[in-house]
Amino acid sequence: MSPAQWDLPPELCCRPMAFVALTGLDVVYNAVHRAIWDAFCANRRADRVPISFKVLPGDHEYPKCRTKRTSYEWYIPKGILKTGWMNKHLNLVPALVVLFYELDWDEPQWKEKQSECATKVEIVRTSLQGRNTKVAVVLIQKKTPLPPGEDVMASERAAALCNACDLSGKSLFVLPHTDHLVGYIIRLENAFYEHAQTYYYTEIRRVKSHKEFLNKTTHQLLFVRHQFKTAFFSELKQDTQNALKYYRAAYSLIHELRTHETNILEIKTMAGFINYKICRLCFQHNTPLDAIAQFRKHIDLCKKKIGSAELAFEHAAWMSKQFQYFGDLFDEAIKLGLTAIQTQNPGFYYQQAAHYAQERKRLAFQLCGGPEANLGYPAPDPLETPTGILDFYGQRAWRQGHQISTCFKLVSQELIIALLSNAVAQFKKYKCPRMKSRLMVQMGEEYYHTKDYAKALKLLDYVMCDYRTERWWGLLTSILGTALRCSYLMAQVKDYVSYSMELVGRASMLREDQKSRIQKNVAKVLKNEPPEAEPDCDPSAVKAAQALWNERGSQASGEDLILEVQDSVPFVQCKARFLHPSFHLDVPVQLHVFLLTDSPHPVRFSKLCVSLSNQDYNQYCVVDSLGQAPAQEDMCLVPGRTHRYSFRFVARPEDVGKKIEITGVDLMLGSENGRCIFLNWRGGGGDAASSHEALQATRSFKRRGRLPENEVDWDTVSIQASTMIISRVPRISVQLHHEPPALNNEMYCMMVTIQSHEDIVARDLKLTAGLKPGQDANLSHTTHVTLDGSKMCDDSHRALLPDIPMGDLQPQEKPLSIRCSTTGPRIFLVHVAYTVDTCIEGRDIVCKCHKDETVTIETVVPFEVAVKFVSTKFEHLEHVFVDVPFLLMTDILSMSPWPLHLVTSELQLAPTMAAVDQPASQVEEVVLQTGESASECFCLTCPPVHHGTTGVASGQYVMSWKRKSANATIPVVNTVITLPHVAVETIPLYVHADLPSFGRVRESLPVKYHIQNRTAIVQEVEMSVEPSDAFMFSGLKQVLVVPLIDTHSVAA
Amino acid sequence: IELKFHYTVHTSLDVVEEKVSAVGKVIVDQRELYLGLLYPTEDYKVYGYVTNSKVKFVIVVDSSNTSLRDNEIRSMFRKLHNSFTDVMCNPFYNPGDPIQSKVFDSMVSSMMVQTC
Repeated sequence: MSPAQWDLPPELCCRPMAFVALTGLDVVYNAVHRAIWDAFCANRRADRVPISFKVLPGDHEYPKCRTKRTSYEWYIPKGILKTGWMNKHLNLVPALVVLFYELDWDEPQWKEKQSECATKVEIVRTSLQGRNTKVAVVLIQKKTPLPPGEDVMASERAAALCNACDLSGKSLFVLPHTDHLVGYIIRLENAFYEHAQTYYYTEIRRVKSHKEFLNKTTHQLLFVRHQFKTAFFSELKQDTQNALKYYRAAYSLIHELRTHETNILEIKTMAGFINYKICRLCFQHNTPLDAIAQFRKHIDLCKKKIGSAELAFEHAAWMSKQFQYFGDLFDEAIKLGLTAIQTQNPGFYYQQAAHYAQERKRLAFQLCGGPEANLGYPAPDPLETPTGILDFYGQRAWRQGHQISTCFKLVSQELIIALLSNAVAQFKKYKCPRMKSRLMVQMGEEYYHTKDYAKALKLLDYVMCDYRTERWWGLLTSILGTALRCSYLMAQVKDYVSYSMELVGRASMLREDQKSRIQKNVAKVLKNEPPEAEPDCDPSAVKAAQALWNERGSQASGEDLILEVQDSVPFVQCKARFLHPSFHLDVPVQLHVFLLTDSPHPVRFSKLCVSLSNQDYNQYCVVDSLGQAPAQEDMCLVPGRTHRYSFRFVARPEDVGKKIEITGVDLMLGSENGRCIFLNWRGGGGDAASSHEALQATRSFKRRGRLPENEVDWDTVSIQASTMIISRVPRISVQLHHEPPALNNEMYCMMVTIQSHEDIVARDLKLTAGLKPGQDANLSHTTHVTLDGSKMCDDSHRALLPDIPMGDLQPQEKPLSIRCSTTGPRIFLVHVAYTVDTCIEGRDIVCKCHKDETVTIETVVPFEVAVKFVSTKFEHLEHVFVDVPFLLMTDILSMSPWPLHLVTSELQLAPTMAAVDQPASQVEEVVLQTGESASECFCLTCPPVHHGTTGVASGQYVMSWKRKSANATIPVVNTVITLPHVAVETIPLYVHADLPSFGRVRESLPVKYHIQNRTAIVQEVEMSVEPSDAFMFSGLKQVLVVPLIDTHSVAA
Repeated sequence: IELKFHYTVHTSLDVVEEKVSAVGKVIVDQRELYLGLLYPTEDYKVYGYVTNSKVKFVIVVDSSNTSLRDNEIRSMFRKLHNSFTDVMCNPFYNPGDPIQSKVFDSMVSSMMVQTC
């Protein structure tokens, strides 16, 4: 029985379409006929009526119609549905036969042609004897027909032709062979379709009419048959709603049939067919839930109908197919726009199909006593019937129960795998990653059974990490077991060892004795001996595998295998850590590697080495049996005990400021004369499970048992995979002496004192001092630093002086001058670097040390200068008058916390001002304490100004000063103060009274008034004197002063 | 057989994840903990329950068992959740470790006996 037995017949799976036969067309030799045929066949898209056309010769023999039974009384049906029936109605018995005949209305030999046509019609009729098939005639004409009714001859002759051929007028068509062929063809098609519909309608009626003759006892099968036929005809008629109804009826009838050993297969087959049709139609009607419900019902009803126990495999095969077909239907519906969901998608059906396929295989093996007992297929094939086809669907050609054991071949494994991979594709689409993994495991196992170990391994390896990251150790163990068998059977040393290590390790759920067995096998592999076979392996495969292993053993001695264990859970755990996150250059770097094994037996290793990011250090981090030769027991890992290996090395000076990282840890198992296997951990160790374990350990507050001295609790060890090398701690002191705050613009002196506390000479001392980089950019423009404090520094001096060489160091001082031209805080940096030679653990190294000091210095304004204009009588002046002397007063208020020494001051007048006398500084060499102020006073006049000028510049005032405490070499600071502008007014008349400073009683007091005309115009001035009661008055009381130009007049 | 259940439970997490993420977008607080039937297989019905702290419970029931309705399953989950909470409240229990509680075990086995 080939698996194809279960494939659904193609006539069941196709969409039934009305069958119309075309005769009288010579498509091979006649171009016109060819064109007509092509127009029928080409471009059959969805918008055209569903008809399947076939060209048949005019004298084609249609299947004979059996004589109709008049009574069913003595008729006992032998089966449900004949195998040929569907095909007969799809492809053999047409609903309509169309006769094409070339005949124009104005044919001269009309009579002859007409009778020829009638004969042809007759031939077709005869061969269709007994059928309800319609016949139609199409006249192929060369001329375009006139509109109906206009061509009298045409209508006459048409009527005559109809008569001669015994046709109704509706069955005669004209096909003018013109440009619009396709249009005519489509019209013809629609007409044919209508005829076909009627034909199928009558067929349905005919089948239904049989019903009354049937009785329930003997004709149960016929009930089903008739329902099925009705449904099928309805489908041909494109009446899918009714078809569905009839199919459902047929389905329920089929389950009313009495089942027994002999017909169970037939019932299941037919139920499967009908179920397929129902589901298909449901999907077509866009009611997927109905389809699913129907399918579930179908499965539930049929699941139990196994039949005889020996045929259970057959049942499983049938179930598998049912699921597969439903999956296909579902998938197809999705392609046509149905949306499936995560929990209801074709994948489930494919998966189930695969499950039954596996079941079938298992049952078959059971029956045959194992796959090896391959009984030959019987020579005269018992399935061969004379015709090659059985009469009824689902019946057997032989008596059941006799020859079963010889009647099957091995199920093709490809089928199961194909089903599984279908399911995988579906689950991938519907976001079921775990389901996908599971199916891939099944696929892998299936490949394992088919002995395709390489593929199996590939699949299993792919999903293993998913289970590992999700920590489903039980599942992982089972997968690893299969993978181990695969790698054993292929003698893949590397895979074999890596799976073994994981199975022995803590993630595996195997029993101790299993672990122990596997570990012994690993030991054998390390000695280059073939390992023992895994249990449950196929004995013949084991034999082949042993040969392979022996071969491997002989050819590959001393071969190194490197296993990346980072992503698995091997039986040795590793954690590496630097003791500190950073080491000073003059201290040796210390590194510990911790190893723990959880195998049942101790593990001996032959080498342990650590790789660091700077490979120069690797030589210091090796434990092996040759070199420093640690005690032999150190090379043996006792299960459950944490072993510690310490390394130390001296870092190189050029690594200062750099990170040293552990790039990997290698553990060598085996020996040079056997096989070497390196377990490689990237970084500082750890594996797929360790990070979670570490988390658990930190959460746990379980009391840890007291550990003996020198032992470490594994969980307390954390990985520290990198360390920084930092420079040696400097042993010098840097002190800064200065008197803050700095005064604006002064040369601020800072004394840097460096003192060494080193035991030996500190060489190459270098000082970098100045404004700390990284502050406001403006600060660096307004800050200048110099070593030479005797000169005022300017913009050419930088804000930071780098690397001032200072030679080898004895305690020494260095003065530093800073000039800040704006106020505000500044951070200054003093950086002292030097080198010193040291010796650590017998290695001489040159250490560079440096020390930074920073200081924040506030800059303040040293003093404030206030300027005011007063009259000669010290009255405040809003504005000054031309040529009238006035006083300029400056007030210097010291703001500095330190005494200020005013060296001198100077008034630099603008050209618009003139001094009345030689102005000399009045504050020379004055010392101001905090809060004290000094004043100066200058007498000035304002020369005449142009008319309209209101304000004039008065000039600058320069103060020269320094700190009182500053020594003589410190230059004097000149601070320039710009004097304010002053408003000037020109007055036309100037009156000046000349009064003695005092008078005596009863003595005359001479009073003199000067009246001055300051304009160029002659003015007339009238003056009157009004004496007070305290004075006696003499002289002119009222004077009229006559024209005066810029002269003085005097009165007494 | 045990392996098969492991696989069943493991694969059911796909559906749990999907359901939780779909609900999570709506309201986190008033989420129904009981997820209902996760997916039907030929032989088993798989039910899921997710606590607010995303602890997942899965119950697998034989398909032929019709005595267990949705409500019974729901109350089973409640019981399980309560018992689980008690375990978590044990100050000597370290979250993430395998549960080794006699009370929890006996509760689970009594539930199993009841349904058989």
